[in-house]
Amino acid sequence: MNIKRNIALSDSGFVFNPSTGDSFSTNPIGLEIIRLLQEMKTAEQVKKAILAQYLTDDATFEKDFYDFVNMLNRFNLMETEEKDEKATN
Amino acid sequence: MKKIQYERPVIQRLNAGVMNKFGTKTEYAPVTEIDGNRVKDLITKFGSPLFVLSEKTMRQNYKDANRAFKNRYPKVQFAWSYKTNYMNAVCNVYHQEGSWAEAVSGFEYQKALKNGVPGNKIIFNGPDKTESELRAAIYNNSMIHIDHLDELYLIKELATEMNKRPRVAIRVNMDTGIYPMWDRFGFNYENGQAWDAINKIMLNDKMDLVGLHAHIGTFMLAPSAYAVAATKLSDLALGVKLKYKKNIQYIDLGGGFASKNTLKGSYLQGADSSPSFDQFAEAITTAILNAGFGESDLPLLILETGRALVDDAGYLLGSVISNKRLADGRRATIMDFGVNIMFTSFWYDHKISPAQEFSQYTEDAVLYGPLCMNIDVIRENVTLPPLKRNDQVVVHCVGAYNMTQWMQFISLRPAIVLIDLEEKAHVIRKRETLQTIESEEVLPAYLKEIKL
Ligand SMILES: Cc1ncc(COP(=O)(O)O)c(C=O)c1O
Repeated sequence: MNIKRNIALSDSGFVFNPSTGDSFSTNPIGLEIIRLLQEMKTAEQVKKAILAQYLTDDATFEKDFYDFVNMLNRFNLMETEEKDEKATN
Repeated sequence: MKKIQYERPVIQRLNAGVMNKFGTKTEYAPVTEIDGNRVKDLITKFGSPLFVLSEKTMRQNYKDANRAFKNRYPKVQFAWSYKTNYMNAVCNVYHQEGSWAEAVSGFEYQKALKNGVPGNKIIFNGPDKTESELRAAIYNNSMIHIDHLDELYLIKELATEMNKRPRVAIRVNMDTGIYPMWDRFGFNYENGQAWDAINKIMLNDKMDLVGLHAHIGTFMLAPSAYAVAATKLSDLALGVKLKYKKNIQYIDLGGGFASKNTLKGSYLQGADSSPSFDQFAEAITTAILNAGFGESDLPLLILETGRALVDDAGYLLGSVISNKRLADGRRATIMDFGVNIMFTSFWYDHKISPAQEFSQYTEDAVLYGPLCMNIDVIRENVTLPPLKRNDQVVVHCVGAYNMTQWMQFISLRPAIVLIDLEEKAHVIRKRETLQTIESEEVLPAYLKEIKL
């Protein structure tokens, strides 16, 4: 599960994909998760980092994280498998 | 280290240059209070979902409407349209302000009488008036608005039988430039039916033709259409004066002024695009004043305004049951209220506000009700902060038609609370119980036993 390395982020939550020109906006926690993913953190590590900082519980975050990564996938912000990479090129 | 308040991560695509048609900024602003009552407290006390009515807004709307017309015309009378909201508490707020009553069924007529409205201040309208209902209306000197010829002949017979002169008006339908034209009620102006009906009443001389009535449509956004209607009714009234030397006492222009809601498919928010009472009043009164009446012959102007007086006084409070992701990636939020109690969600994109503080980040979502039905959609597209289970929302502008057209379907109907001018909350209709629903059911004895 890797996020595309070339995604540009701004502190205000602006997300830009230079290969497609698409832009997105995310909230502070979303920005933090994307940053952690760019640092090649695993899902487990992301969860630990978030639970340490935010007032939430394991189950809630896991559900929301799963949903968030799903959206990143849908928006083509995650690295895809070899064959998908070809298909989009 | 103190932990940060958690909010679910959200990400949204930004579409440069494309207007976001799914909501406006103002929708995200939380509404935590209604007339000094915290939303949270109201839900704790009276349950979720919950209808809330602001007496302050109802009275203010009435005063605004009344002033707009009275500033421009000497004789104005409002008649509360019962079908718009016939909770007795609501009716009596308007009756206290001076409204007469407009009923379109025997049931509504009885409600008006029971609320204390004198019979001669009730307008009895609608296509379905039974013989006994008409007898009561004649006996009580109510204004009977005749919808069709069968009714006209029946009233004539009853007048003879009761030896009493009924006070009648005819309902007139007409082309006001508005499509679709409502031509199924009353008598048509352009093809001469209305004038025919007037002659039948005047020549027969068994009843008093006291008024002329038109209700040209619903959620009207064009004041000019009312000017056309007022001109056509005035023309008929002047025709009666010319031919029979009799004054028509009143012209009743019905209801239909748009409320502050937003019609589905409209890009403009209703609050910005609906004409004001002043605009409607200007169009209507100018048309009547210019029609050619002598100063002492000016008819009373009756208005049966419903939605524009009560819609924005009504709120529906509700809670989030769950969040889902649809197969196409859209966020779906399931609320504890559905189209069964929010009938108007079929016509309007109701404004919905969160009832607690959020950051400014938002998501586009579909809002569903809790019914096991595909049509149970509250908003097809709404932009809201990331809501989670048990978060609360406030739906705006639900005071008109929801508390009369709601269905008891799958779930029980919620309580209705009225917040008075001192900001005290009164239950004006209790939350339904199983007993409420079953009180009218009869189970045949042989079906009482079941063995499984
Ligand atoms: C005869 C008549 N009067 C008044 C009304 C009230 O209309 P509104 O609530 O749109 O003002 C209606 C509603 O359809 C009506 O049919």
